[in-house]
Amino acid sequence: MKVKQLSLFLENKPGSLSRPVRLLAKAKLNILTLSIADTQQFGILRFVLRNWEKAKMVLEKDGFVVKVSDMVAIEVADEPGGLAEILETVEQARVNLEYMYGFTLRKEGKGVLAFRFDDPDRAIAALQKKGINPVSSMELFKRLED
Amino acid sequence: MSKHAKSSTGRFHPLSAPDFLPLPQLRDLQLQRLQAIVQRAYDRVALFHKRMEERGLTPQDVRTLDDITKLPFAEKIDLRDTYPFGLFASPMKEIVRLHASTGTTGKPIVVAYTQEDIQVWTNVMLRSFAACGLHEGDVIQNAYGYGLFTGGLGAHYGAEALGATVIPISGGNTPRQLMVMKDFGVTAICCTPSYFLHLIDQAPEVGVNLKELPLRAGIFGAEPWTESMRRRIEAESGIKAYDIYGLSEIIGPGVAMECQCQAGPHIFEDYFYPEIINLKTSKPCADGEEGELVLTTLGKKAMPMIRYRTRDITALAAETCECGRTLRRIKRIGRRADDMFIIRGVNVYPSQIETALLKVEGTLPHYQIVLTREKDLDVMEVQVEVTAEVFTDTVGALEQLQNKLSRSIESTVGVRANIRLVQPRTIQRSEGKAKRVIDQRKM
Repeated sequence: MKVKQLSLFLENKPGSLSRPVRLLAKAKLNILTLSIADTQQFGILRFVLRNWEKAKMVLEKDGFVVKVSDMVAIEVADEPGGLAEILETVEQARVNLEYMYGFTLRKEGKGVLAFRFDDPDRAIAALQKKGINPVSSMELFKRLED
Repeated sequence: MSKHAKSSTGRFHPLSAPDFLPLPQLRDLQLQRLQAIVQRAYDRVALFHKRMEERGLTPQDVRTLDDITKLPFAEKIDLRDTYPFGLFASPMKEIVRLHASTGTTGKPIVVAYTQEDIQVWTNVMLRSFAACGLHEGDVIQNAYGYGLFTGGLGAHYGAEALGATVIPISGGNTPRQLMVMKDFGVTAICCTPSYFLHLIDQAPEVGVNLKELPLRAGIFGAEPWTESMRRRIEAESGIKAYDIYGLSEIIGPGVAMECQCQAGPHIFEDYFYPEIINLKTSKPCADGEEGELVLTTLGKKAMPMIRYRTRDITALAAETCECGRTLRRIKRIGRRADDMFIIRGVNVYPSQIETALLKVEGTLPHYQIVLTREKDLDVMEVQVEVTAEVFTDTVGALEQLQNKLSRSIESTVGVRANIRLVQPRTIQRSEGKAKRVIDQRKM
């Protein structure tokens, strides 16, 4: 039910982002979605790809510090209130949402968002109870590559 | 602990006998050798001859050991000014080896050895290993760099003369170092303390548990380190960490070495005569008082060094060590006169910054201090590489780390520092002695 995300520490200066991206390109690894958190001095690049183990190896070999975390991918209705319903569910389960970002996917009026919860398992359980099923990695990769 | 059982029995090596010379004999020997070396340098080294003449001195003015204070100092700049061979006291046909510093700025410095000098060096390195309880049958992994740097070959010759098995692996290639350490049954390693910390960090990745290996001693030198580093090394690897001291200008490693009491390196005084001088006045310090270490080579033919200012800051401990050696000890060298910088009127040593970083992170990250001046105000920035241990994927946690590091530095040195987290492997590395301070202030 969880999707692996890789995070990289980057300095906030020209060229910082292109180095890891070029490394991944050379290894023929395709980034499915990404997001950048930034401060004045540094940033954190977060991204999801299919072969994350290989990506981690490639990046670490080049000296990057890579962190792996579990994301939850959830289908969200592309209409007013779509996101609110999901947030309410996890709030009630007292799970904290640390950050989120989207996938470039839209199917039958629904989009897919990636959520980083402080307790992914609890979030999943709460969502499932409400009949909201997170999208598995397999399903996600299949849809993205169709 | 079982891995230290072997070493605690102790074993006396006959060549270590001078370590235990009664003081009157030791002082006598030092005076004889001092007079001979001053004569040799006076006769054969133009710069020394000139400086003696300027002071109206001849070698006959050295009648007691205390007369050494009349003699002129030598400094690193003298080696640069006379590059490459200007301070040699032996003709080239008697010189069997040259070493050189890596030289961070400009020309390197060159040092020379006759066959006899190599024997002296081998002798003090052998005594260094013996002092920390190593002997025949030990397997010594020599991870000091081989080449122009004196560390590798110096340790190598001493370990072989001791009768130990030497693995001349040199520096670098960490996975291979760990594999060899495990597969060859290594009992002692020579490297820089920071490199050993790196080995500790990497060992689990290749499935090596240092505590389970026969490794029991580390001979660590070539860079300043701290007591907290020693404690961490010993706790995490189960070995004893010994401090070795030396510098190429004097001979290389083996100028001083800790015994099993680990109470500061004993100077091999029969070959190296120590003085401590006040940094400002250049006058001798009393025993126990901190100042700059000044060394005179008592038995070096190719390149005698008389009153060489090491720039290393330490103090001499005159009280006898429990091991029975009569050789005086120096306090661990944690800082160098060169490294000290003044910021907003406060004297700061990189070792203090290290202590502050270590307190927060548990391990010493690669770091660099950059000094700049903004609107007439000194600014200290400490660049710290982000390691896998401290990297978390939220901005808040990283900012918290920055704050903690900054507060720790402020409480240690009393000056605020801006912390800049930088990507791993972006701070320049160098063999042994890293450049810690970059001063960009225009004075």
